[in-house]
Amino acid sequence: MLKHVLDNKEEIVVAKKIKDVNPEAPFTSGLEYGCPARGTWNIVHTGFLIPESHQVFVCASNCLRGVVLTAAEMGEMGRFSTVTIKENNVLDGDMEDLLIDGVSHVIDKLKKKPKAILIYTSCIHHFMALDMNLCYTTLRKKYPKIKFTDCYMNPIMRKSGMTPDELMRRQLYSLLDKTDKKDNGINICGNNYKTDDTSDLIRIIKMSKIKIRDITMCKTFDEYQDMAKSKLNITYLPVAYKGMDMISKKLGQELLYIPISYDADTIKNYLSKLADKINVDIKKFDFKDKEAIDELKKAKEIIGNTAIAIDYTFTPAPFSLAKLLLDYGFNVKKIYTDSISEKDIFKELQDKYGDRDILIYPTVNVAMRTNDRKQNEKYLALGQKATYFTNTNNFVNEVECGGHYGFDGIKILAKNMINAFKNEKDASNLIQKKGLGCSCIL
Amino acid sequence: MKQIQTFTSTYTADVSGVPSALYELGGMIIMHDASGCNSTYNTHDEPRWYDSKSMVYITGLTEIEAIMGDDQKLVDDIVSAAKDLKPRFIAIAGTPIPMITGCDIEANARVIEAETGIPTLGINTNGMHSYVEGAGEALLQYAKRFVKDGTKKREKSINIIGATPIDFSVNGQIESIEKFLNKNGFDVISNFALNCDVNNIENAGEASVNLVISSVGIKLAEYFKKQYKTPYVVGVPYGKKMKEMIIDTLNYKYHNVGEINDELDVIFSSDLSKNFKNENIFIIGESVTSKSLAKAIYYKYGHTPIVISGVELGNTYHGDIVKDLTVRNNVALEKQDYFLEDEDEIAKVIKSAKIVIADPLYKPIVPKDTIFVNHPHEGFSGRLFRKNIINLIDNF
Repeated sequence: MLKHVLDNKEEIVVAKKIKDVNPEAPFTSGLEYGCPARGTWNIVHTGFLIPESHQVFVCASNCLRGVVLTAAEMGEMGRFSTVTIKENNVLDGDMEDLLIDGVSHVIDKLKKKPKAILIYTSCIHHFMALDMNLCYTTLRKKYPKIKFTDCYMNPIMRKSGMTPDELMRRQLYSLLDKTDKKDNGINICGNNYKTDDTSDLIRIIKMSKIKIRDITMCKTFDEYQDMAKSKLNITYLPVAYKGMDMISKKLGQELLYIPISYDADTIKNYLSKLADKINVDIKKFDFKDKEAIDELKKAKEIIGNTAIAIDYTFTPAPFSLAKLLLDYGFNVKKIYTDSISEKDIFKELQDKYGDRDILIYPTVNVAMRTNDRKQNEKYLALGQKATYFTNTNNFVNEVECGGHYGFDGIKILAKNMINAFKNEKDASNLIQKKGLGCSCIL
Repeated sequence: MKQIQTFTSTYTADVSGVPSALYELGGMIIMHDASGCNSTYNTHDEPRWYDSKSMVYITGLTEIEAIMGDDQKLVDDIVSAAKDLKPRFIAIAGTPIPMITGCDIEANARVIEAETGIPTLGINTNGMHSYVEGAGEALLQYAKRFVKDGTKKREKSINIIGATPIDFSVNGQIESIEKFLNKNGFDVISNFALNCDVNNIENAGEASVNLVISSVGIKLAEYFKKQYKTPYVVGVPYGKKMKEMIIDTLNYKYHNVGEINDELDVIFSSDLSKNFKNENIFIIGESVTSKSLAKAIYYKYGHTPIVISGVELGNTYHGDIVKDLTVRNNVALEKQDYFLEDEDEIAKVIKSAKIVIADPLYKPIVPKDTIFVNHPHEGFSGRLFRKNIINLIDNF
């Protein structure tokens, strides 16, 4: 019957041609829609990367519901607990007692005590001016063998300084203790996925025979703690940069920020910087850029003029990716994003391809819910949101670059595009799973 | 300690109950929230989300808007969206931060209605109660605005009240109840509000009797009773005997309109209580469906399970309609049953249980020697065990 009520809705134009988009403010804000593509990791998924840790969320029940079921769908309920805030706590002002007593109760009930506890406070604590120092000082004193860190589920602060996602990437490393016993190790930080061994980044580091550390590879809390021994942190995701800058300073480590890019010169520049840092002769390094470009050309031959859609969850550099694909003749038609961080590249795109009918779509606009998703032509989608909005089963199912980097990343992308073009997948089933790549018992 | 879940899940909250109840009615439903409520709702509480176009949104409340009390942004954004989308109605549901800042949801609803001319419901949820409260209030408010005069009754007609996927998933249970009622001579006017017809719902007041199938439906059934003198019966038709009893009671109510006989409102009362012997068999879940299951088990197997319910009806309902029940904030529970929200309290009650029938996410607090029977409930475990939810109307 719902069909009957809503099917006759008129199409509302929300997309803008690339030439008409102001990158500073591409779309006006308003009510927000959430599409059912759920592969991006949330703060629960990321928090579980710390081995032997336990999460305690302290929030109202509606806020708890999403996170507790994230943990349940990961099969990680044994590492997850909640403390529910009720009206009486707000009125009585006993939020500190509730947090301290609640977390203590959880710890006391756990048969195997965790090495670390991540306590997630929420928007409500911010507004009630929770005395965090009191809470954490008390808990640390009470449980000296357990390390505590402050994590945040406060989406109301998403436009006030660091976003919850940025904060999470920082707090993930906040339990590392500063040490003077540094070795030559290198940390790859801020990513949810292990970086491919075949990637340019890892291959260069391996040339130096330096030990690589990465939270995604840590199996014990001690291994995690060893990350404090490394001299250099490398991060390539923009969402991790701010946090890693702070953590690096705190731990006395250097930081190298070499953000994901699909531009050959930029990739070479970043890899050269890395080589310099770790005393590798870049001239001896085989970039394998020709292999990547050959694979991309092969993909173009197979995919031809098929329409391509990209969304911002696929890569933090969707416009750099779009430019690469357009430069090699692909028919990029739709890009889904609510904001534009790659402003220079976007302007390049406008200058070079402004005459094309490339459309930029917001993902949260209310009409994205009611507009028809049916397309007049076949789409190859890069990313889950693009998959949903173009209603296609031909898609590359990745988020946050999936651990690919550099020319090797481009080569893998081209192979994946060929595969996705040739083989349909069950989009409805795949993109609704939370936290792509996490264990999921659904 | 209260308010702690060390090992188990939490129930769908009031704010998610609102869109769940109103989902199919062509409205624009807005959760006044920063972010997260929408994804929680549409991921875990809404099985219809992927393929449908129902208009459920959040306001995207920010820190500065909350501090400055900027309700104008809320009003402007809703008015703007409503002008584009032209919904049949608008509903606004509150969350914790609007509650703290004292946002007047009902007043804002009136402003929006004045500006758009679209009926607007302001529903005072705050994210701190269960879905029963939010969904129940949403259905009540919708009926008050949209159900036509029901003083003229249609012969042997009925509404099914309290149907949401939170309690009944989307596995055909509501269709089965409709078929069951049709087969037994009742003309189903409408169901509130799953797999329903908006136009039929407008005529719900004409029903000669109502069947309430979950706690969500109690408030609305009471409204129909007071407003249109429509009697109601509470119970879910699980098993042969329960089905017979429901039909007999519905027929009695139909033929004896106006007679005060509240004991018959709740179909599973009396027998279970009178014949109760503690066999340490427990059902944990929503009270109406769980009590119906308990009664069906009693008639089929002779056992009298104790029900533990953790979803409350809230303070706005005082539960004074069923004389012989210990109400405990909940219409369905009897003397032997429990209303318990906290994991520790539940664990204490079931520590000697022989059998526990409950959602799989309760298993960690069930003693090892206890026989555990999986009985998934979307309101507790969301989509996690959806494939395993049985249509107990057809398969008990």
